[in-house]
Amino acid sequence: MKIHEYQGKELLQKFKVPVPPGGVAETPAEARQVAETLEEGPFVVKAQIHAGGRGKGGGIKTAANPEEVEAVATQILGMTLVTPQTGPEGRLVNKVLVEKAQDIVKELYLGIVLDRTLARPVIMMSAAGGMEIEEVAARTPELIIKEAVNPAAGLMPYQARHLAFGVGVPPELLRPATSFIHNLYHMFISLDCSLAEINPLVLNGLGEMLALDAKINLDDNALFRHHDLAALEDPNEMDPLEHEARKHHINYIRLSGNVGAMVNGAGLAMATMDLIKAAGAEPANFLDVGGGASADMVANGFRIILSDSRVKGVLINIFGGILRCDRLAEGVIQAVREVQVQVPIIIRLEGTNVEEGRRLLADSGLTFTVATDMQDAARKVAALVQ
Amino acid sequence: MSVLVDNDTRVVVQGITGKEGSFHARACRDYGTKMVAGVTPGKGGQKMDDIPVFNTVTEAVAHTGANTSLIFVPPAFAADAILEAAAAGLKVIVCITEGIPTLEMVKVMAVLKNTGIRLIGPNCPGIISPGKAKVGIMPWHIHREGPIGVVSRSGTLTYEAVHQLTLLGLGQSTCVGIGGDPIIGTDFIDLLKLFQSDPQTEGIVLIGEIGGTAEEEAAAFIKSEVTKPVVAFVAGQTAPPGKRMGHAGAIISGGSGRAADKIVALKAAGVTVAPTIADLGVIVKQVMG
Repeated sequence: MKIHEYQGKELLQKFKVPVPPGGVAETPAEARQVAETLEEGPFVVKAQIHAGGRGKGGGIKTAANPEEVEAVATQILGMTLVTPQTGPEGRLVNKVLVEKAQDIVKELYLGIVLDRTLARPVIMMSAAGGMEIEEVAARTPELIIKEAVNPAAGLMPYQARHLAFGVGVPPELLRPATSFIHNLYHMFISLDCSLAEINPLVLNGLGEMLALDAKINLDDNALFRHHDLAALEDPNEMDPLEHEARKHHINYIRLSGNVGAMVNGAGLAMATMDLIKAAGAEPANFLDVGGGASADMVANGFRIILSDSRVKGVLINIFGGILRCDRLAEGVIQAVREVQVQVPIIIRLEGTNVEEGRRLLADSGLTFTVATDMQDAARKVAALVQ
Repeated sequence: MSVLVDNDTRVVVQGITGKEGSFHARACRDYGTKMVAGVTPGKGGQKMDDIPVFNTVTEAVAHTGANTSLIFVPPAFAADAILEAAAAGLKVIVCITEGIPTLEMVKVMAVLKNTGIRLIGPNCPGIISPGKAKVGIMPWHIHREGPIGVVSRSGTLTYEAVHQLTLLGLGQSTCVGIGGDPIIGTDFIDLLKLFQSDPQTEGIVLIGEIGGTAEEEAAAFIKSEVTKPVVAFVAGQTAPPGKRMGHAGAIISGGSGRAADKIVALKAAGVTVAPTIADLGVIVKQVMG
């Protein structure tokens, strides 16, 4: 789960990771009030959306005084911000973070990720603050210092020193730098983060180290033990259909094509998207209706797929394993009747009792096209939507 | 032969009195697997059908000689269940549970490291050695005994591949779903090693998907260590970056985890890569002659 920068910074403060003084605002007047409480300027006003590259799209602006903060917030709030990470449709800005602007002496990068191969958290630091870490990794990997943490020992002081000295932190700043790293790691573990990235971590003219930005992702699997964190989710940041699907426990991701797909199993759902593309069409979605694929789930799946007006045809690809194909066919027929599907449906069933399943579909009086195999199904649906 | 499970496998089911646990314990038993015990803390002394239930895995092992665990307990308790099985001396532990917090798996893997204990999963369909034993949730009837070893990060995609193989007359030595989570107990390389040294296995099918670099690491291993033919498929060529595609581990992040890169790496290692899942069986047939 992704959260906003302002939410991330509130969490950082709880774990004693220093951030610039500031506050969140939903209206220009509120933005001005935040600035007024921050003593003197200059200030920075930052659009709160779940995407990077905000500065390039005009979502981060400076202001000399509270009046200017209000004026700048008026421009940013309500704008559709397009950044390299939002896609061309952009994101609506509902909130801004107003902070005291920093006199930056040095910019660093600090990130904690889970290394899948090592099965350990890895802390990364680089002197190339402000740059995307992927770009640094590709061009100058020697500039990235890494420390993997053994969960039995936890983060050891020598590891924090390696990181700090490795990126050129002077000895007089060693203590604030290592406590910054330790506190961030403590938060990462305590809150079940999947990513904690401070880019840039800045050293200001007062000799303070501050998290100028904060990208914190939380492990969805661990939210059951952090109920307060689950409340940080912003439905405005989700595709409305993805949000709706989640309520029905359906894994759905909206894509840009016009062939809807309903599949049981995540791997098969991805493979089906690929197959649609290989047949010359574009998938409209990823949808895993679940191993059970009950009539209710199938009906909900149809409702979600068909809410996307671009969908011109639906490919159902179901491998009936433990659940028999005849039961699946009954579910599909019931769902199609219930939802009154108007677009053509191509269905490919395989697995246990497949003959009986196909017969039920053929005899249903509904206009299914029953495909002989996956390749056939993909070709048929691609031809239909041309 | 086969790998991981065979006629000597004796299974204890952790979470046997739950809905999933009891359903699949029966299905495995009906396949002919020796389901010797169940564990549900507090229900020791009861029976699930004729399978005795114990309070602890250690007790179950002492009374029944179980050597393999199959875990169905809910995500909040699954890491504990895995380590309980390890503490009881079991050498093969299959964890079906989906949704275990990733940091719990970090702890589990730190404990299991260098113990020789083989954890399969979590978030996986389990293992089947057709004709010998089924320790998982896969539909048994699509499998046939034979020469192909199958290893996959996805459940239904494995069934799809196995079904195609069986229809083409290609049976399987062992099929293993290694799981769709970011941190899993056994990776492609572990299975490639086992299949390479298993006399029954003559060819290997590897099914990957977007996210992480396990396929690239497998490719490097295949290039240097695997002499048996390998056919692969990688799901998610059309998946957008930054989106989690159903499995917790299936996500392209920061330019890593793309299907295209995995396919290039596998091809460079001499692996035949099926362009779509629909072609997989036929291509295996061609490669195996």
